[in-house]
Amino acid sequence: MTVTVPPARSQEFIAGARDTIPMMIGAAPFGVIFGTLVTSGPLALWHGQLMSLAVFAGSAQFIALGLIASHATFVVVWATTLIVNLRHVLYSATLAPYVAHLPLRWRLVLGALLTDEVFAVAWARFRLQPPGEEVSPWHFFGSGVAMYVNWQIWSAVGLVFGAAFPGLQSLGLDFAMVATFIAIVVPQLVAVRYVAAAVTAGALAFFWQGWPYKLGLLAAVLAGVSVGVALSRKAGATVEAAS
Amino acid sequence: MSYVILILGMALITWLVRTAVFVLGERLVFPPLVRTALGFVPVTVLTALIVPMAVSPHGHGAELTWRNPQLVGSLAAIAVSLLTRRPLVTIAVGLGVFFLWQGVVLR
Repeated sequence: MTVTVPPARSQEFIAGARDTIPMMIGAAPFGVIFGTLVTSGPLALWHGQLMSLAVFAGSAQFIALGLIASHATFVVVWATTLIVNLRHVLYSATLAPYVAHLPLRWRLVLGALLTDEVFAVAWARFRLQPPGEEVSPWHFFGSGVAMYVNWQIWSAVGLVFGAAFPGLQSLGLDFAMVATFIAIVVPQLVAVRYVAAAVTAGALAFFWQGWPYKLGLLAAVLAGVSVGVALSRKAGATVEAAS
Repeated sequence: MSYVILILGMALITWLVRTAVFVLGERLVFPPLVRTALGFVPVTVLTALIVPMAVSPHGHGAELTWRNPQLVGSLAAIAVSLLTRRPLVTIAVGLGVFFLWQGVVLR
């Protein structure tokens, strides 16, 4: 007869951090590029580090830099942050059953650390758990802390690097952001409806770029999302009719 | 100072979005339509940001010409991403083509 002893907290924590290493390597260049871009914009170096420390959301941070550089108002930056981060609601909805038994302070901390990468690692761990069994939060926590520390280090490296070579901006380094976003977007274009949504949003953002407060960008995103939703419903209806 | 308010506002919004379901639990339910819509947000936002930067880098109308290094670099990055699906290779080649175009080809 075997008795399964739950792994110690530190073991779970370390396992969570270890499982996150590939994600940390993947995030490193983005952290460096983020830091470098800060030095080419109106923000001070410590503003850049503060953003990494307090916001801890790569794509929202990049987009905020782009918006700040183009003189968007605060409200537009905040609204965009909200829209861009709304996908995290889906992540937390997926993980909620596994953290529901924890005290509030645990749930507040784990939520703060919930990035795309940490979600992937935490979900991979939780789904192995038999349903109904209470799960230790330490693996999730280890993954989140590892990702957080990693993001701080590489942001700082980018800030120092960008400050040491101030001529980078005149070289057109802001193109690094364009290349980075392309690297994120293109692999996600897995179906016609995603391509249609992206093309709609991109084309309208170009034509509407003269709108005040970057509102053209928000309108273009809404239009692109609407196209995507319309095509999804059509696809859903077809599937139902066929079944 | 004002940028600190901007950053802390972003932090608060991000944190509220991430913890809402953890705190509210079952009381927060998303209709299927909203779930579908959220799935299209990252792709559309990022594309809406890069297209104007690549097509009209100076903000004075479209520069759909081979003399626009942002556009040439973007097309190279898209091609590499379609072929390899590897972010680092995409960024490296895109940047390489961009700098080569700007510094050597157009010189």
